[in-house]
Amino acid sequence: MSVDPQIVAQLGLIFVIFNMLVLSAAFMVWMERKVCAYIQDRVGPNRVGFEGVLQPFADVIKLMFKEQLRPKAADALLFAIAPVISACAAFAAFSVVPFGTSTTLFGLLDEPVPLQVTDVNVAVLVIFAIASMGVYGIVLAGWSSNSKYSLLGALRSAAQMISYELSYGLALAAVIMLAGSLSLREIVMNQSGSWWGVIPKWYIFLQPIGFLVYMIAGVAETNRAPFDFPEAEQELVAGYHTEYSSMSFALFFLAEYVNMVTVAAVATSLYLGGWLGPFLPDWLAWVWFLVKVFLILFFYVWMRWTLPRYRYDQLMEFGWKWLLPVGVLNLLATAALVLWIG
Amino acid sequence: MDVNALAFYVFAAITILASLGVVGQRNPMYSVMLLITSFGALAGLYVLLDAPFTAVTQIIIYAGAIMVLFLFVVMLLNVPREEPGLPGVLGALGTRGMQIGAVLSLVLGIEIVWALSRVGLGWFGQDAAATSVSSVTLIGKSLFTRHAFAFEATSILILVAMVGAVVIARRER
Repeated sequence: MSVDPQIVAQLGLIFVIFNMLVLSAAFMVWMERKVCAYIQDRVGPNRVGFEGVLQPFADVIKLMFKEQLRPKAADALLFAIAPVISACAAFAAFSVVPFGTSTTLFGLLDEPVPLQVTDVNVAVLVIFAIASMGVYGIVLAGWSSNSKYSLLGALRSAAQMISYELSYGLALAAVIMLAGSLSLREIVMNQSGSWWGVIPKWYIFLQPIGFLVYMIAGVAETNRAPFDFPEAEQELVAGYHTEYSSMSFALFFLAEYVNMVTVAAVATSLYLGGWLGPFLPDWLAWVWFLVKVFLILFFYVWMRWTLPRYRYDQLMEFGWKWLLPVGVLNLLATAALVLWIG
Repeated sequence: MDVNALAFYVFAAITILASLGVVGQRNPMYSVMLLITSFGALAGLYVLLDAPFTAVTQIIIYAGAIMVLFLFVVMLLNVPREEPGLPGVLGALGTRGMQIGAVLSLVLGIEIVWALSRVGLGWFGQDAAATSVSSVTLIGKSLFTRHAFAFEATSILILVAMVGAVVIARRER
């Protein structure tokens, strides 16, 4: 039985992307702690490995050896699968994100393999759909714990995600209108070239308000500061994962960080021209992608340790009374512009 | 076996088993989750039919938006497990209610058989590519030109239902 090298390469790519996502989550934990430390005039983890880079792995080993607790009245099955749903949704969303042109692995393959798990012609909607599946992990975690704090926390997080999903979708729709395509690869390719040879034709320059709406909604979608109510243990007794411990707790954290990476990667593809950039040859284009994603993620962390947390009613008011109208107006203006220019 | 055929049988089996599970067991929370599973497998079938747009809308609207609503209702009302033989929904319906239900399902079954016999078996043999609905542009164009009236009428209907729900839910202060 002969094995198609094309399929082997594709499987290898999937394996690499999966592990890159896990490692990026570990890297984010380390970066978060380091940046936080320097912002607070401390040094941060510096014992395990060079400058503490192995700290996340030490944390994971510690979590593995912790006891797995489950409340007596909890629904065992749903309690077990809730973190799995969260993590799966987070990983699955990244599958349609392109991060480079294509490779033949230095001539090993007959046909080039695009650097992406799969190129769907409705990629933007796929991301949106999978993001909406992530809510179930949170809601089920809260419900199955059979604890008041978990249930209320889950309701809080779910309501937050559903509210900001609308603004998120509106920002995506404006970009789709500009590009005339739902495929992320085509959207990135539409952003090639530059105006007057200086300013790259990235959609951030055509959609500055859309980018802002997308980033704010993205932060709220991933339950991050300043909208991080699951972290508010002092005033709200944390959130949906109150009753979780050990690795199932770690899965929720993994999902949160992978979601952040996905939001940053999608923002890069939609607004910052994906892997497009000067100086580098085509086969190294993914370096630009990584640089842009890293900058957005750094911004995420920077924001978390700079801004105080919102109050819950302020969050809802901001989402529905400000962000959503701005998103709608931006969409209408974009539609008018596209019609006018043609 | 062909990979497509295998995928079809897997998705079809999941859809049927999950749908049976929705009505077959007594924990409302599990029913909701099984319904979501069934919708997901259905989306897989749409992908096999070369209609990824329909598949994704199925996930976003049914599995995403509507089922979250179901889940919230089940969670907040804290519907208990239905015990067999106790006056649950079936008990409230009574024998008369069950008889009406049986008649209604019979009518639905006859309708399906009638509808399928009208289109005939040749309809299933059609070339799939000729009637493919995978193009988002095509769907959008026909929705906003040929079916513009139906589209607008539906959206107004939904708006009216929404206003109605707000009016019913609002308490006088």
